Amino acid sequence: MNNMSQSRIMKRVLSELKAYGFKIVLSIICALATVYLTLLIPILTGRAVDCIIDKGQIDYQQLIFILKQMSAAVVATFFTQWIMNRVNNSITFTVTKSLRDRAFSKLQQAKIAEIDSHPHGDFVSRIVSDADTFADGLLMGFTQFFTGVITILGTIYFMVRISWKIALVVIIATPISLLLAKFISERTYKYFGAQAKIKGKETSYIEEIIENKNIVRQMDYEDNALDNFEIMNDDLSEVAMKATFYSSIVNPGTRLINNIIYAAVGVFGAMMAISGGITVGGLTSFLSYATTYAKPFNEISGVITEFQNALACAARLFEMIDAGTEVDDGDRSIDGAKGRIEFKNVYFSYNKDKKLIEDLNIKIDPGQKVAIVGPTGAGKSTIINLLMRFYDIDKGQILIDGIDIKDIDLDNLRSNFGMVLQETWLKNATVKDNLKLANPEATDEEIIEAAKATHAHSFIKRMPYGYDTILSTDGGALSQGQIQLLCITRVMLNIPPMLILDEATSSIDTRTEQKIQSAFNKMMKGRTTFVVAHRLSTIKGADTILFVQDGKVVEQGNHVQLLQKNGFYAKLYRSQRIEN
Amino acid sequence: MSFIIHYVKQYKLRAFLAPLFKMLEAIFELLVPLVMASIINKGIKSADTHFIIRMSGVLLFLAIAGLLFSITAQYFSAYVAVYSAADIRRDIFEKILSLSQGTKDKIGDEVLTTRITSDVNQIQNGINMVLRLFLRSPFIVVGATIMAFVIDVKSALIFIAAVIVLSLIVFIIMKYTLPRYKTIAARLEKVLHATSENLEGARVLRAFCQVDEEKEAFENKTNNLVQMQLHTGKVSALLNPVTYVVVNIGVVVLIYMASGRVNDGHILQGDVVALVNYMGQILVELIKLANLIVILMKAFPSADRVREIMSMKSDERCQDKLPINSTAIDGAKGSISLKNVSFSYTGGNEMDIENISLDIPAGSTLGIIGGTGSGKSTIIKLLNHTFDATSGVVEIDGQDVRKLTDSYLAYTFGIVPQRASLFSGTIRSNMTMKDVEPSDDEIKTALNIAQALDFVEEKGGLEAEVTAKGSNFSGGQRQRLTIARALIGKPRVLVLDDSSSALDLATEARLKKALEALPWKPTMIIVSQRASSLLSADQIMVLEDGRCVGLGTHKHLLESCPTYSEIYYCQYPREEALGE
Repeated sequence: MNNMSQSRIMKRVLSELKAYGFKIVLSIICALATVYLTLLIPILTGRAVDCIIDKGQIDYQQLIFILKQMSAAVVATFFTQWIMNRVNNSITFTVTKSLRDRAFSKLQQAKIAEIDSHPHGDFVSRIVSDADTFADGLLMGFTQFFTGVITILGTIYFMVRISWKIALVVIIATPISLLLAKFISERTYKYFGAQAKIKGKETSYIEEIIENKNIVRQMDYEDNALDNFEIMNDDLSEVAMKATFYSSIVNPGTRLINNIIYAAVGVFGAMMAISGGITVGGLTSFLSYATTYAKPFNEISGVITEFQNALACAARLFEMIDAGTEVDDGDRSIDGAKGRIEFKNVYFSYNKDKKLIEDLNIKIDPGQKVAIVGPTGAGKSTIINLLMRFYDIDKGQILIDGIDIKDIDLDNLRSNFGMVLQETWLKNATVKDNLKLANPEATDEEIIEAAKATHAHSFIKRMPYGYDTILSTDGGALSQGQIQLLCITRVMLNIPPMLILDEATSSIDTRTEQKIQSAFNKMMKGRTTFVVAHRLSTIKGADTILFVQDGKVVEQGNHVQLLQKNGFYAKLYRSQRIEN
Repeated sequence: MSFIIHYVKQYKLRAFLAPLFKMLEAIFELLVPLVMASIINKGIKSADTHFIIRMSGVLLFLAIAGLLFSITAQYFSAYVAVYSAADIRRDIFEKILSLSQGTKDKIGDEVLTTRITSDVNQIQNGINMVLRLFLRSPFIVVGATIMAFVIDVKSALIFIAAVIVLSLIVFIIMKYTLPRYKTIAARLEKVLHATSENLEGARVLRAFCQVDEEKEAFENKTNNLVQMQLHTGKVSALLNPVTYVVVNIGVVVLIYMASGRVNDGHILQGDVVALVNYMGQILVELIKLANLIVILMKAFPSADRVREIMSMKSDERCQDKLPINSTAIDGAKGSISLKNVSFSYTGGNEMDIENISLDIPAGSTLGIIGGTGSGKSTIIKLLNHTFDATSGVVEIDGQDVRKLTDSYLAYTFGIVPQRASLFSGTIRSNMTMKDVEPSDDEIKTALNIAQALDFVEEKGGLEAEVTAKGSNFSGGQRQRLTIARALIGKPRVLVLDDSSSALDLATEARLKKALEALPWKPTMIIVSQRASSLLSADQIMVLEDGRCVGLGTHKHLLESCPTYSEIYYCQYPREEALGE
């Protein structure tokens, strides 16, 4: 899954935690104190019991002294435990936040290629759940592991001090505890893995059917879908049953070991007590150690899996945090650019095995309108990706007003392009805030004016809270065409010197499109504009037409030139007309 | 709640046995301190080694019997939980399949998926825990108290006090933290949404140079989250230390009180040890109970959400179907008529389809054209009864569509949706979704007509794998496969809903030809935004805002319908159209 070795991840994790050095030390000290104080209680209890021999044989002075000690230890435990919990919380939550913030921040500079090629859900789950699992698993796991080991060692120490012979009985039982813990955790792990796999399969089936429910109904496929689902569901139940069952025998198993140790200690202790080798109080202390002795063992075995899981999550997050970013080392500005654009011997491909753009040369004069034409999926957006530097070219140069775009500050480059894309996107915010994205200083009047020009005003007005209606990311109740109108309005509010319109009106019906044509014309006037469109009327008027096929620019020229050339464009043009 | 009980009831016996066995185990556990007390009181005091050995045998017996009972109980509760959850999952899935398109759209796909996956998981967890602990923990708390009473009434009063104080503390802390956990979950959700929204909008956000604003907004969200986590953590960090203090101070008081009772000769030394043990058991169980409540608090809202889905009305369309024999498939011809059909998505007064009347003779071709949101796709959904007309009647071969069964409609209609979507499986499984059992030849013929046979054979024929959403095929290939799918079973009515958008022109032309030559001459309904695709239709319906503003042949409409001529000339400027 990742290339980092465990030791390297561990090193990285430790360096992450350096900033929390003081808190970690404090947490460890508190943990040590808590363990020590907790283990002290059985000893004190035992001593107290020894003061209560029989009717009339009570050593009150000693008893009260011991009870005072106990109270002091209990109160002290309260504080050490409480501080430890607080400190651990603080470390966990802040580490998580810091990781999330940095991963998100990195995402803002990540290469678009990375975002395009990677399932978004995966990024989201890294930022949301991996960060949690990491912090919980690692820090809590660490505490549990640490206190577990200390508890075991401490218990043995105290037991040996009371009676090394009985202690030996307990220690001999240790391997049984370990074996049992191993047996159970291996099975649990195996079945949980299998369960996760089947669950994943079932979930994607559910998603598929829900998403295509309409088709399912049209085909009267409901019963088959349910049958398929039931098969998966049965498989899942079978594995889930095993996983749940095995994980739930951890506690009874531990209890059994504890109880056996308890019985053994009872016998040996009582025998020794008869011969005076141990007091009744000593036996009492022993018995309470015996009941808690096995618990840390299976905690520790659980922690190891959790720990590895946490490391895997950490690796995924680090991978994100350490990922390469967009190259942004230009510092020149093209504010107020004239819009002379030149592609000079440009080479580009999305992946190395598949050549795409080779030796592309285009010259565009300021204010020209460039139409990019070609079949769907032919790669018309590639040119836009290169211009905006969403992807960087492999070889050659792209010049704007004679400046290589690599020398231009990235934000500056992009802010000089106005962009309306086919795949519309709105923020989960009010209509007004969405429109203000392009120009945060826009006044309400300017916004309304722009919306009127794009004929968006009338439907915005009809929305429940007008311009203050909150939109969901997918636009909610708005139609695709209305969303496109909003995106166009957005650009209207701050029109940069160059424009990119990628099927900007594809979902807007022909008549509305005509109505907003004047707004469009005003927007494009004097600005270098790239238009991706399929309507002949739009294309015909362009100064330059780039015909794209299979990602390559196969023809360029204006309408008349290309018709004369009698190539792809001419063929497309005729075929659209022949249908008449 | 009651709805979960309904499911658990299916496994009545096991659901009854699980807690019962847990209680039996608890009884064994409660007996242990008594046995130990007798070892101390009798065995050690009177140096009776036989008695000690016998008693340790009893301890071993208790341990093993406890294990057997508890493993059985764990098995039963895992069984009930896993299988009840599976039943719930199955029923929700069935419910989802039965929901009408309108209801499904209202709830949203993601929500439905969450209900059936993670919400059901929470419920499963909840059931399991309740069966295992809900009786056991209180039983041990009460049982330990009763045992204390058996040993010594006066000392046992401390137990009552301790239990009350502990319950109160757990209650107060839970009451404070539980609602805050909900807030934390909600804030985490916001972080999640922010991340996925940001990824979706990566291009737009960068084009508008919103990186810093996005980072700031995200950090605000993680900050809110951390504040709440720390705030809640302050209180929840108290739970363990406080309960620990209460129990151990209880022990101190208990020992002091008991010493008096021993002094008076009411109880023996061993009884003191037993009392201390019971106190310890109470602590362990109360902490378990607190954890159980946390799990339940997560399961309850999940149960509510699932119940909400389950209680939704299944398809509200008319259920009064004609018997199958009167709608024999063979008799179907494929004539359709709409009589004053109106439809409103919201059920309000504003109609999305308004008063449309239309006759489509069997075997004829109808073209539907209109702008975005004019109701083209809605009409299709009324024809095959995806939606119920608000008023008016849709008839297929003279039968009211509301009375036709879904399977009859599935046979009658072959629908190619706008968005091509395939299901994971094989080409064959996709082609045999309808219950018509086509032969291989039939499938191949359909693939051939849809211009899909070549690439299917290239991919390995009918058994070629189709991944989820058909993502291993290109957009154009997917579209052709959905066309082939619609042709299987020779439907009397073939509906093409703007379904050749991803095809290149040559393929589209071949497809068109093949469809026109279909040997069984189905009624064809072609929805398009492009006038050119509809020129040869027997009649064309022009839609605008849900109203039919023109109906007739291309020629007729060009002269009589201004909307149509506007659309047409807008796509094919007058001089070109006339220039032919």
